[in-house]
Amino acid sequence: MAKKKFVVGLFNDEDVLFPAVKKVRTAGYKLHDVYTPFPVHGLDHAMGLRETSLHTAGFIYGITGTTTALGCISWIFTKDWPLNIGGKPHFALPAWIPIIFELTVLFSAVGMVLTFCYLCQLAPFVKKHVFHKRATDDLFVMVIETTGKTNIDDLKGFLSNNGALETYEEIAEDGWWLGRYDKDEIPFENRKEVAVVA
Amino acid sequence: MASIKYESQLREPLVYGTKDYHQVTEDICRPIEAKPSKLWYIGFFTSVALLLFGVYSVYREVTYGIGQWNLNKTVGWGWDITNFVWWVGIGHAGTLISAILLLFRQGWRTGVNRAAEAMTIFAVMCAGQFPIFHMGRVWMAFFVLPYPNTRGPLWVNFNSPLLWDVFAISTYFTVSLLFWYSGLIPDFGTVRDRAKTKLRKRLYGIASFGWSGSTKHWQRHEALSLVLAGLSTPLVLSVHTIVSFDFATSVIPGWHTTIFPPYFVAGAIFSGFAMTQTLLLVIRKVYGLQDYITMGHIEAMNKVIVLTGSIVGVAYLTELFMGWYSQNKYEGYTFWYSRANLFSPYGWSYWGMMACNVLSPQIFWFRKFRRNIFITFFMSVIVNVGMWFERFVIIVTSLYRDYLPSSWSVYYSPTIWEIGFYMGTFGLFFTCFFLFSKYFPVIAIAEIKHVLKTTGESYKAKVGHIEEAPMEEFAYKYAHIENTGAHGRGSSGMEHH
Repeated sequence: MAKKKFVVGLFNDEDVLFPAVKKVRTAGYKLHDVYTPFPVHGLDHAMGLRETSLHTAGFIYGITGTTTALGCISWIFTKDWPLNIGGKPHFALPAWIPIIFELTVLFSAVGMVLTFCYLCQLAPFVKKHVFHKRATDDLFVMVIETTGKTNIDDLKGFLSNNGALETYEEIAEDGWWLGRYDKDEIPFENRKEVAVVA
Repeated sequence: MASIKYESQLREPLVYGTKDYHQVTEDICRPIEAKPSKLWYIGFFTSVALLLFGVYSVYREVTYGIGQWNLNKTVGWGWDITNFVWWVGIGHAGTLISAILLLFRQGWRTGVNRAAEAMTIFAVMCAGQFPIFHMGRVWMAFFVLPYPNTRGPLWVNFNSPLLWDVFAISTYFTVSLLFWYSGLIPDFGTVRDRAKTKLRKRLYGIASFGWSGSTKHWQRHEALSLVLAGLSTPLVLSVHTIVSFDFATSVIPGWHTTIFPPYFVAGAIFSGFAMTQTLLLVIRKVYGLQDYITMGHIEAMNKVIVLTGSIVGVAYLTELFMGWYSQNKYEGYTFWYSRANLFSPYGWSYWGMMACNVLSPQIFWFRKFRRNIFITFFMSVIVNVGMWFERFVIIVTSLYRDYLPSSWSVYYSPTIWEIGFYMGTFGLFFTCFFLFSKYFPVIAIAEIKHVLKTTGESYKAKVGHIEEAPMEEFAYKYAHIENTGAHGRGSSGMEHH
């Protein structure tokens, strides 16, 4: 959790955004993120992000569900309390298929959603810095991280030349914190006061 | 892939008009930000009144016992299980639209999936009430769960279809809820960032889980949606299959048939789409969303209705045929006397079912009727009346005259408290739906924006002239029409066309 200085460029067309992303990367600037109102296909590749492994996690959760169901039911019906149901086999696998299937789906779905929320830091009461309010409406917001050496004006000009409608610099917290969207509190700075009182 | 994104000039656009991204946000957020109309209040409080009547009916049943209903030893399942199967059936369209149509790349699902999924969740909530309160001692309801207990431990019977049902319905509810809510998170972000009042900012801030729209998050979101769709597809088919096992694994004539699983699934899709029509026709009119929920959507859903209605019709006729062909006296009696004979005590319900489910949807073979709003609305109600009759026919006409004539039931008809319970679930359903339509984005905003560039009038104008060119030239030009760089990259998530 640290405050950093960012340069923000606003785009209103994904057709302009794509070449701009490529140029920013080849020019060697550190692309912090691009905030878009909807999933723009191929943008993750253009930004050089790696493929998500959420699918694999889902598969593992699913297998866990299968084995949990199969293990529990067979232990219960063959070891713990074998019920004689019309002299039929205690290990009645075909009759267990529905429950095994349902638990596979349940584990996989719940596990994946929780993993998704964990990876993206999504939870009720979580707040993140909003670089531009229209990032969830109609603007594609490109955010570039700067260092002490970055020439801010050059960067702004570079973005404008590549189709940015507007550019500005912003100092912002890059992580998440527990906060409210109706208040513009400054995260983590209240801690100092607490420390002083103590 | 470029070829996947192409929408022909001949094809009806998914979104009418020449809209930009901001216009989409405005149109869909308007009902949330405006004050509810007088009609909304009337509808909402009527629903709450119905719900309260239902609560009182259930209170009587819990206090005085199942005797408050007219069930008896012969007709042990009546309105309660009829209503349960009816509501579960309605709850199938939402996940079908969002999951199966997503896998089939049906672009038109974007306009209707959010509301249909909400309908699914509320319908499953209503369905669940019936088996739970049918237990009689509802405070013992947790006995259906397999947990270590001090009675042995005596476990539940994993070989019983009734227990499969517990797992199927609760899994279906959970997965549908997760699927729905994960789709809502980005849209709540949109509503939050537009909010003017403090309260709105705060509440939608909580509901949006701190969504920012980061590309990495979208990438994961796409992966999540795709896998959840893949999981929900077999799930939605399994749920009504398992509900049909409640009947099919028994030895009651009229229930003991192998065609029940596909027949029940087709019936569920049939009634679910009908209920989606009923609700969407009202929503698009009241909130002025005709450009998003278009005649094209209505027609597509009517096609599904005529298809599934006909599948159900074939199943009815097959059952009748087998009732005769099997030469089984009990089957023959159930199908040819208790059901198909109009003058038997419940013959009216069988012929009501036939008229509503098989005969009347056939008018949707005609395009003119498929695109007529009044006929669609009327038919959507008729279909759900018919599907209620179907479940009533299956349950009551198989039970009321069993193997032993001395226990043949006198005419079963419900008490006011049985009817009240059913009315109460209508109250619950519509209370939830009114709240949803006021406080939630009723159309998936991000998904509409995603398809916007490749549909609508501006896109048609763009591709119109090259479509008239010779084939080779057309293929060359089309391959270069989108210079986004998005195509040919093997993008990570789902495509919509």
